[in-house]
Amino acid sequence: MEAAAEPGNLAGVRHIVLVLSGKGGVGKSTVSTELALALRHTGQKVGILDVDLCGPSVPRMLGMQGCAVHQCDSGWVPVFVDQEQTLALMSVGFLLETPDEAVVWRGPKKNALIKQFVSDVAWGELDFLVVDTPPGTSDEHLSTVEALRPYGPLGAVLVTTPQAVSVGDVRRELTFCRKTGLQVIGVVENMSGFVCPHCEECTNIFSTGGGEELARHAGVPFLGSVPLDPQLARSLEGGRDFMQEFPKSPAFPALTSIAHQILDQARSRDPTEAGRPASQV
Amino acid sequence: MYTGCPGTGSAQAGRGASCQGCPNQRLCASGAGAAPDPAIEEIKEKMKNVKHKILVLSGKGGVGKSTFSAHLAHGLAEDENTQIAVLDIDICGPSIPKIMGLEGEQVHQSGSGWSPVYVDDNLGVMSVGFLLSSPDDAVIWRGPKKNGMIKQFLRDVDWGEIDYLIVDTPPGTSDEHLSVVQYLSAAHIDGAVIVTTPQEVSLQDVRKEISFCRKVKLPIIGVVENMSGFICPKCEKESQIFPPTTGGAELMCQALKIPLLGRVPLDPQIGKSCDKGQSFMTEAPNSPATLAYRSIIQRIQVFCSPHPSHQEELVGS
Repeated sequence: MEAAAEPGNLAGVRHIVLVLSGKGGVGKSTVSTELALALRHTGQKVGILDVDLCGPSVPRMLGMQGCAVHQCDSGWVPVFVDQEQTLALMSVGFLLETPDEAVVWRGPKKNALIKQFVSDVAWGELDFLVVDTPPGTSDEHLSTVEALRPYGPLGAVLVTTPQAVSVGDVRRELTFCRKTGLQVIGVVENMSGFVCPHCEECTNIFSTGGGEELARHAGVPFLGSVPLDPQLARSLEGGRDFMQEFPKSPAFPALTSIAHQILDQARSRDPTEAGRPASQV
Repeated sequence: MYTGCPGTGSAQAGRGASCQGCPNQRLCASGAGAAPDPAIEEIKEKMKNVKHKILVLSGKGGVGKSTFSAHLAHGLAEDENTQIAVLDIDICGPSIPKIMGLEGEQVHQSGSGWSPVYVDDNLGVMSVGFLLSSPDDAVIWRGPKKNGMIKQFLRDVDWGEIDYLIVDTPPGTSDEHLSVVQYLSAAHIDGAVIVTTPQEVSLQDVRKEISFCRKVKLPIIGVVENMSGFICPKCEKESQIFPPTTGGAELMCQALKIPLLGRVPLDPQIGKSCDKGQSFMTEAPNSPATLAYRSIIQRIQVFCSPHPSHQEELVGS
């Protein structure tokens, strides 16, 4: 591919992880955000690229809505969530004049912006770039996978909720990964069970076990179940760091374990990365 | 930074500042985009047999568009004299076949077009799911192919005489949405029902969908707030799983001056009914969620009928 010849803005990015799901509203942006925060807690430098052009959620989940993107010599400067610049974010949300503005674009325009997002964002040195995607298997996904292929992404994390309706869509996403040659890191089951704050009774609102069964059926790793925790929803609404604020939540160990499994995968791949820049840190 | 597309029909098509770099710039500048698609007239002809057309939209995924579409259809179809059609234009993630208990069904070709798959005599369904050979089949299509499919669904399905056509859409404001509105532009859409969940992360996408409706001049029937509070089956106390931190749909509707059609509580049984492909309203006829559905459906019927008093007579007869 021609893009491999030029070093580009992704040259300093060591591992690229895509977060996918055929189904909407299963928690792709939540998992992307929390995964990025969890990886950062282990000392990694992380970027999030939000390619959900019609419904960007990550800016709000990190409390960054209303920020603007600036231009520099090497391209767009991402928005940094912290002063130390350990968490960077790029989203179409930063390019809109008003938050309610709808991005009413057909495929070709979305594809053009995704290409720009991949080539023109000055990420600098990153250990991980987490790519949050919209639901489906269409323009955004094809364009993202194509544009990232020269950089050898680590793979995709597939998010589902436990019920059959969602698992059905994620099966199709697995087929998408196979057809496009994208490695599947594993499946995350989100919104797994709800513990009533009044009586501690656990109710499986969206059923249970669907994600694990899907992973077994497809022969891909199951990364874990994240329980439905209103604290998590509330902290995302406020754009706060859940991983820092709620270490006692039942969702915390689940998210941490997912991050560690991804770190392990990245480490196991490192020796083969002869052509990659030597590890920074 | 992005001032937006001038529109393929505009005199500025392909010439505006924002057209720079757009892959369709040349096509637009040539004026090819300005000619109306002949399919629009054909679809208008086809839609003469369809009294009411309702779109179910949401900027956000997973808020319950398909669940609501299915239950709206089931509710309307309880009157045996009403013919209902559900068209699922979520090409990459068709959930309607599963939710309506039609998984694995296939579409048949007849002389007058594709025959829909029937749940009941008066409830027909069409979805890309019926065209796939296995549940693992992914429809990995870019926009133009999806648009072609939607055109075929509107033009080539043999619906017969229909009272309500309910169109279930994917999340977002892109190809599928633009296409369905464009293809139905000559046929008159009654309006859109917008589905949301109570939390701001969802509302912010739904506001975009409302902007979309206003941009394309699609009337808004109203907003349905789904998954609105969860009643623990053990202690019967309510919890807000998706907390309405910014006032939920109610405040948004007030601010944007659009009707809130109702709130459907989060009942785990709804998801289970959907997984089994059954109507929650017949499985749990007295639950608060069923009552909420019924009241919302009634408001939609009132909206669609030009003479509300007339409508009552029909219902009573």
